[in-house]
Amino acid sequence: MTILLDKNTKVLIQGVGRDGSFQAIKSIEYGTNVVSCVHPNRKDQFFQEKIPFFGSVKEAVEKTGANAGVIYVPAPFAMDAIIEQIDADLDVCVCITEGIPIHDMMMIKNYIKNKKTKLIGPNCPGIISPKLNLKIGIIPGNICNPGNIGIVSRSGTLTYEAIAQISEIGMGQSTCVGIGGDPIHGLSYVDVLKMFEEDPETKAIVLIGEIGGTKEQSAAEYINNNVSKPVIFTIAGSTAPPGKRMGHAGAVINGKMGLASEKILALKKVGAYHTEDLSKIGETIKQIL
Amino acid sequence: MNIHEYQARNMLEKHNIKFPKGKVGSTPKEIYNIAKSFGGKVVVKAQIHSGGRGKAGGVKICNSAIEAKEFSKKIINTRLITNQTGPEGYLVEKMFVTEITDIKKELYLSLLIDPDSECPVFIASLHGGMDIEKTAESNQAHIFKMNCDPFLGIKPYKLKQFVAKLNLPGDDNSQIVSLINNIYKAFISNDCSLIEINPLVIDDKANLVPLDCKITIDDDALFRNKEILKLRDINQENTMETRAKDYDLAYVKLTGGNVGCMVNGAGLAMATMDITTKSGCYPANFLDVGGSTDKEKIKEAFRILVSDKEIKYILINLFAGIAKADLIAEGIVEANNELNNKLPIIVSMRGTNSESGFEILKNSNLNLHVANNLGDVSKLLLELEKTK
Repeated sequence: MTILLDKNTKVLIQGVGRDGSFQAIKSIEYGTNVVSCVHPNRKDQFFQEKIPFFGSVKEAVEKTGANAGVIYVPAPFAMDAIIEQIDADLDVCVCITEGIPIHDMMMIKNYIKNKKTKLIGPNCPGIISPKLNLKIGIIPGNICNPGNIGIVSRSGTLTYEAIAQISEIGMGQSTCVGIGGDPIHGLSYVDVLKMFEEDPETKAIVLIGEIGGTKEQSAAEYINNNVSKPVIFTIAGSTAPPGKRMGHAGAVINGKMGLASEKILALKKVGAYHTEDLSKIGETIKQIL
Repeated sequence: MNIHEYQARNMLEKHNIKFPKGKVGSTPKEIYNIAKSFGGKVVVKAQIHSGGRGKAGGVKICNSAIEAKEFSKKIINTRLITNQTGPEGYLVEKMFVTEITDIKKELYLSLLIDPDSECPVFIASLHGGMDIEKTAESNQAHIFKMNCDPFLGIKPYKLKQFVAKLNLPGDDNSQIVSLINNIYKAFISNDCSLIEINPLVIDDKANLVPLDCKITIDDDALFRNKEILKLRDINQENTMETRAKDYDLAYVKLTGGNVGCMVNGAGLAMATMDITTKSGCYPANFLDVGGSTDKEKIKEAFRILVSDKEIKYILINLFAGIAKADLIAEGIVEANNELNNKLPIIVSMRGTNSESGFEILKNSNLNLHVANNLGDVSKLLLELEKTK
């Protein structure tokens, strides 16, 4: 079993510009069942000569049975794309786009309440389930190994780092979920921790956090009461100065709670294993399991 | 993006918020004339993108137009260093002159988007002024919050309960109610991430008077706020950070570092800083070249790195997902040759097209040190430090 995706996942792609089409091809090569693309002006055309374009998400769903979507459209148009996928009742919507205004994300998060769709991201690398050869988003497939470690992370490239280290020690991943680096985003650590706890395939969980906000503290609280599986974590940004936005819109130390040290403390307190040296995620897992 | 106090006032005045009479000037003569037209006794405030101006000597109550002129002469065209600016401070090019308000009480009021509740939240405190940070830490009981609904806005019944806690003089709270409603309108229509009124003052006639304001605009929303973008003051930004921003690179200069870091992804960039520090060297900067990376962007990133004279080593750490490592490698080699750079370059490169990327680097004349993984990075830094 995996979380979020399964063998019935059929993916539609919104946004096939330079990056979107490159990543779409990589996903198809990896084994993902990409069934349709959405573009208002490319109706009746085909992507890679085989995947049909439709004028709307709704039409793509009706004609191809798509139940998951991925969004690469530029930030000014991303809110509309997300809302369109929510309105089409997709199970999962993965938004890779970076730089969506926070006012838009606030609207989206309130709109999505009580809807069927689970939003992953934005500003995230997406999801990958190596056992099914299935991925939505941009996580490189060739660094993954099928296995039983689940990864949940705010950072894209640190997710790859963790994946690579796990694969290097001969272990593998059940599912990896990048939840995104924006202050307001779709699924939270808590949502994904819950899924990993319930997933029989996942034996241990790697949580990758960073400075800013209090979401790691919420995760700690949840772990304390609800997670029986071992959690290994690392927090990036111990050496970041306060008040400066470190790339991700969410990575700003405002107040004490946003400090790496506070997050480390909160997670250690509930029994999660801390990897202080980021290059030793793999080693730490090996020691624990 | 931050804007100056006088610009923030203009923005709020468009939403029917009334301030004491005030005007901005950029020469001592202008300051003199403005002060004179206000009757002589005025407050003169340095305009920089930082808080803590009062404590740093950038704000003064002047008893005459001549005093205002002398004060401005001392401050204009100097760099004001506050507890928030860092050692270089910020250049004062303009000063703001306002009439005097008779202060009976200082409150604090702000509106921001709270990532935890995912909605706009008003924060008010009975104790405003210069020590608001201390109140926030030590006296939580004097801080009140009101969540707004992104779709409905401010709910009137909640607002009534919120303002009642502030115990303002008068019976109807109409001034604070309309102030809060107007701040909300300004916040939404200008894509703000923060509007802060500190202090919000009750004067001798029991009127509510906003004395100072700070507005931050969401950088990610500037594409649809072209008028606001005109308010940007690049003299208040670090030159290298400004250059980086123009190329859509996220760059933050760090003081006292000797390793110039170029990384893709914010998380990995922070982790690279952490690892560099553990190895005994110090990162000179945070630089995230982003996901969708083109060659020109990489070249500019490299130029920015090398223009920092404090650096002794360059550390490039890439894990290509959406980016392509071969393109990045080409950019690095071209920029390195263009600048004739001789500094040692430690490279760790993995992910999409990384093999062809390494080929490009190895076939160039870079002073290259290859790291196969993150652990190697700190080992190589240590070795370089030893052999120096």
